[in-house]
Amino acid sequence: MAQMTMIQAITHALDLELARDERVLVFGEDVGHNGGVFRATEGLQKKYGEDRVFDTPLAESGIIGLANGLAVQGFRPVPEIQFFGFVFEAFDQIAGQISRLRYRSAGRFSAPVTIRSPFGGGVHTPELHSDSLEGLFLQTPGVKVVIPSSPYDAKGLLLSAIRDPDPVIFLEHMKLYRSFRQEVPEEEYTIPLGVANVVREGKDATIVTYGAMVATSVKAAEQWSKEKGLEAEVIDLRTISPIDIETIVKSIQKTNRAIVVQEAQRSAGAAAEIVAQINEQAIYHLEAPVLRATPPDTVYPFGMIEDDWLPTPQYIVDTLNKVTSL
Amino acid sequence: MLSTSAAQFEVPYVQVLDENGNVTNPDRVPSLNDEQLRDLMKRMVFTRIWDQRAIKLARQGRLGFYAPVAGQEASMIGSEFATNKDDFLLPGYRDIPQCYFHGYPLHQLFLYSRGHQLGGKVPDDVHCMIPQIIIGAQIVQTPGVALAFKLRGEKRVAVTYTGDGGTSQGDFYEGMNFAGAMKLPAVFFVQNNQYAISVPRELQTAAQTLAQKAVAAGIPGVQVDGMDILAVYSVMREAVDRARAGEGPTMIEAITFRYGPHTMSGDDPTRYRTQETQEAWEKRDPLIRFRNYLVSKGLWSEQEEQAYIEEAKETINAALKQADETEKMTVPQLIDSMFAEPTQELLRQRAEITGEGAN
Repeated sequence: MAQMTMIQAITHALDLELARDERVLVFGEDVGHNGGVFRATEGLQKKYGEDRVFDTPLAESGIIGLANGLAVQGFRPVPEIQFFGFVFEAFDQIAGQISRLRYRSAGRFSAPVTIRSPFGGGVHTPELHSDSLEGLFLQTPGVKVVIPSSPYDAKGLLLSAIRDPDPVIFLEHMKLYRSFRQEVPEEEYTIPLGVANVVREGKDATIVTYGAMVATSVKAAEQWSKEKGLEAEVIDLRTISPIDIETIVKSIQKTNRAIVVQEAQRSAGAAAEIVAQINEQAIYHLEAPVLRATPPDTVYPFGMIEDDWLPTPQYIVDTLNKVTSL
Repeated sequence: MLSTSAAQFEVPYVQVLDENGNVTNPDRVPSLNDEQLRDLMKRMVFTRIWDQRAIKLARQGRLGFYAPVAGQEASMIGSEFATNKDDFLLPGYRDIPQCYFHGYPLHQLFLYSRGHQLGGKVPDDVHCMIPQIIIGAQIVQTPGVALAFKLRGEKRVAVTYTGDGGTSQGDFYEGMNFAGAMKLPAVFFVQNNQYAISVPRELQTAAQTLAQKAVAAGIPGVQVDGMDILAVYSVMREAVDRARAGEGPTMIEAITFRYGPHTMSGDDPTRYRTQETQEAWEKRDPLIRFRNYLVSKGLWSEQEEQAYIEEAKETINAALKQADETEKMTVPQLIDSMFAEPTQELLRQRAEITGEGAN
């Protein structure tokens, strides 16, 4: 066991997979010699060589196209998009190409590609670095979307993502990269994709969330407990496509109330899909409608007003109060 | 003060046969034996017959999506003929003949046209991607295939095709540039058939040639008479050999023409090109030119061509029959082919459709 930050857990996972499977290739802008703009690939090129870990020209469509061609030839590419706001450049190669490869070839070709990319607010980045664009890929049949919230989960989920025979988008929240350390086992372990984690137990309301909003929601739950003596159960989805509806339903059977918290704008992200699934599968267990605690439907905010725009623990508590007063 | 030149480039133009089939460039006549020469002609005849048949079938509703190829036989057949069977093709949607001659079964190409999933299930021993609809997408995938060959030390080449309009896409430049930067075994083959649907090539770019776009990627660019199969073969062979020898990618621009519409989905070429243009290009027909050449060498005759046409028709009919006999798809099958393991959500949706074990 070792104390690791999330970024160290990610590097560690990449290291293990590069060692375990020679078909694994890591590439992108500045991931080679430089070790990545966040040091996620630090030391990997030196250890595995320029054939396994390498820099590419600055072109996102080219990078994912490269991954696509390598996958068709039996490799397991782990490309990086430097910031997920740049994904629009690679949109066709993800949503138009790799996501459809198995289907359009009736299984002849597949794309075991893991796209790693940082995103997320709270660190005052310039434009189009922090945007939460995961929702775009919930609407893309054929890809899975994974968002870890801790070092332990990041390692186990990344190992599962790389080993998955189909494309996975692995989104790494920048604010979580170095915000805390956690015990992470040195040995291999996997966390299954599509399985949520109850990070705080409670009986009065369920908070369904993911990414950096997991910690914010736990904070809110503690505040709520102190202020109202009510206990919120916090579910970290970990994978937002597919959504683990079973865990959510189980929780709602106990709490009868739920809110969804996300960093993406109200109309974006996973919230609407989560509410729809709850509606379909747990309506008879609900005492109140499922509410969403999200930022408004504006473009991602300018750096100086970011903290006012992102959901705060107080905003989540207010939403919990609303849902319990209905 | 006079500026000095930072770089210079030139774009070679290659022709071997003139419009009448006379050799204009003896140094570039490729070394092909009589059997191979006759094979090239047979393939062009087959493709012309196939195209005529496919157009009729599309009109009758017996084929779905079809992009006519008449006029482009030399460019398509000559370039594919220069590849090895284990070289990997990444075709665009018009590049059906190259797929076929690379081993893609004809009945599956019919199924692809009709919109049947099995049309895309390329046999394991056929090194060809499914025809690409998104113009340029195949071009950024090509460096990935080529890099795989390079990493494994395999002497194989990735070959991709696009049209004149496709050279305006960002992916066209990105693909060539990646292949150049990584010195990959790849060939980028542009079939400049003068029009992207109704938009003439002059409206795509002010560049004097499309081949010179290779300069931006730092790779060789060659222009070839795309109605001259010997020139196409010769230029392509050189590019493929260079790639195989580890010397990096090449871009080729073949000057050609499609006699028919853009696709069979309602395009009417008389709206955007004149009868004169059409007739001028018909005089350059690749079949006339190569037929004359072979006849002058005593390698081809009218009777042989007629006999071969009958053979081609039989092949096409047999493939059509096989396509007709292919089992219909079902929606549950589509669900099952999304992932290696279906997600819980897909299983629920599948059960909803089949009525089995639904919750």
